[in-house]
Amino acid sequence: MNFTSIDSLQSAMRERNYIAERGLATSLYLALKLGRPLFLEGEAGVGKTEVAKVIASLLDTDLIRLQCYEGLDVHHAVYEWNYTRQMMHIRLLEARGEKANEAELFGPEFLLRRPLLQAIEPSRQKPAVLLIDELDRSDDEFEAFLLEVLSDFQITIPEIGTIKTANPPVVIITSNRTREVHDALKRRCLYYWIDYPSFDKELEIVGTRLPQAPAKLARQITGFIQALREMDLYKLPGVAETLDWTTALVALDQKALDPVIADETLGAVLKYQDDVDKIKGEGARLILERVNAEVG
Amino acid sequence: MSGQLLHNLLLFGRVLRRLGLDVNPGRMMDLVSALDHIEIGKKSDFYHAARTLLVHEREDLPLFDEAFELFWRKPADANWNNSQWQGLTRRRKKPGPIVTHPPLKEAAPESNDSASTTTEPMTVIEVTRTYSDREILRHKNFAEMSGEESEAVKQMMSHLLWKISERRTRRHRLGKGNRIDLRRTLRRSLRSEGEVFSWSYREQKSKPRPLVVIADISGSMERYTRLLLHFIYGMKAALTQPVEAFVFSTRLTRITRPLQIRDLDLALKNVGDLVHDWAGGTRIGESLKSFNFEWGRRVLGHGAIVLVISDGWDRGDVELLTREMARLKRNCHRLIWLNPLLGAADYEPLTRGIQAALPHIDNFLPVHNLASLEDLTKRLADINRRSNGGGSPVVDRKKPNHEGHKVHKGLGFLPS
Repeated sequence: MNFTSIDSLQSAMRERNYIAERGLATSLYLALKLGRPLFLEGEAGVGKTEVAKVIASLLDTDLIRLQCYEGLDVHHAVYEWNYTRQMMHIRLLEARGEKANEAELFGPEFLLRRPLLQAIEPSRQKPAVLLIDELDRSDDEFEAFLLEVLSDFQITIPEIGTIKTANPPVVIITSNRTREVHDALKRRCLYYWIDYPSFDKELEIVGTRLPQAPAKLARQITGFIQALREMDLYKLPGVAETLDWTTALVALDQKALDPVIADETLGAVLKYQDDVDKIKGEGARLILERVNAEVG
Repeated sequence: MSGQLLHNLLLFGRVLRRLGLDVNPGRMMDLVSALDHIEIGKKSDFYHAARTLLVHEREDLPLFDEAFELFWRKPADANWNNSQWQGLTRRRKKPGPIVTHPPLKEAAPESNDSASTTTEPMTVIEVTRTYSDREILRHKNFAEMSGEESEAVKQMMSHLLWKISERRTRRHRLGKGNRIDLRRTLRRSLRSEGEVFSWSYREQKSKPRPLVVIADISGSMERYTRLLLHFIYGMKAALTQPVEAFVFSTRLTRITRPLQIRDLDLALKNVGDLVHDWAGGTRIGESLKSFNFEWGRRVLGHGAIVLVISDGWDRGDVELLTREMARLKRNCHRLIWLNPLLGAADYEPLTRGIQAALPHIDNFLPVHNLASLEDLTKRLADINRRSNGGGSPVVDRKKPNHEGHKVHKGLGFLPS
């Protein structure tokens, strides 16, 4: 699909159940038009990864995901030779009394393509979406390598040669900010900080993603979560938690939120014991009272 | 695009740059080409486009918003250069290159001002100090130093060798480790027609651990503050790994960025500018909490070592302090508390603050003289891999190592 305006992109995303702020839609639209990577930052659970999934589905193309971790290296990010197959091949030839030919052993047949290589596969008819998830978890070495790949979208494999694509991928990079990502990398990208959504927006998200949730329950949960985000908690709940909680309560067949069930299911929302202790019981009751008065 | 708009755009870019945003010509060109894709008439789209292209730090977003609002209200105004955006610069977290008056000197007047009038019995310190002079100075408490002496100690501090123990990363390289390097093994086996005669191995790479310093600059620490800042600066300059620095008395301030400047005096001036609660009261619990909540996740990764420098005189909530110390301990590799009072032979850690903190500390060390800093350098260089499991902390008082210098009690363990 080819988008002609920010509006069309925004509404297409909405059709795919992603409620995007105008700013996010603008960033994404420009990333597509300018062919630049989009760097998304935000607290955990605000829907950063989801953006890549939605855009891949909109463009009707492959989503290639590279989950980052410390020590991520070329062999896991770009390519690796399939050693076991190579050894088998040598043995088979040997059994037939032949000798292994090096060019054959290090040919495409024995190449394991990892995400970055998959994304720039020359045989691709249209650009893939490359999601580089949680870049903050990787280390400087990988960042430096990535910077190189992102600047010219080509990868050199000594045994085969340089691989380059005419259709460079749409690149989405996400970070939870557990570490500062190097400026040089951010400078190459468009930047967008995804904030927690407003009450209305979040209610809309719940409504779109979980239409089976009773309206009252959805309003109460959204209000409750919004109230929690105002509080002094170690880990604030994200939209992912709102959706988890709603799913849980729908599964329990709840039509509305009451203090007892809120207490019992608080684990879906708060992930640190300190935070649970602070809210459980009296705290939850007070929040719920306020929420009911405001949105009930 | 009209020439006027382009002109304004470039002017806007210049304004942002002067505010300290990282806006380069490449980004401006991107913005110009981005305008082909959006409706320029729509202010909000233009705003979002400029924002996503010209800002790449969350901290800069509010500043950008204000500058945008101000600038595009009346962009053609030719006087758009001084008065209006000066108000904005102040609020920027990272101090720009503009330096204003240094309050540090007034706040920590101890060292320099008394220099000329001092009547310390210590004789004049020559530039070429004798061995014994240096020995005396090494063991002299920072708080009791004359200005001249503290200058001399600063000199000596800059010669400290900082090295922090390494942690094994998850990255491998060719070596004598215990992971087989299949790629290399196979390549080598080809020389012998696929027969593997010897295996190639990979080993884990090590990297020095990141360091986080959180220093108390409240009133009771005032006599140490200046020298300790020097010490932190020196450490940061000497180490290659990330060193994050924070100070607090009633609230926490991150001073990592100002300390990055090469010129020490300028760096300390900028720190002085940034911090607003010099020699104030002490709220360790609150300050550690803001560290844990705002910075912990961002700076404590990769097996960081945390140095808390404080005398533990806390007027805040003890329960809070206990909780936040426990959290801090859980999130770092090693938690070291440096206490200048520990240098006194008769000091017992009885204050409520210290009592609350002790169970969560790995090492409780003195930091009152140069010798204690030297000791610290050695300790940091060989922190072993296991942390001290969270039992009672090891209270390390230096053994008397030179006759004639009564220093401290021997190594001891605190009853828990």
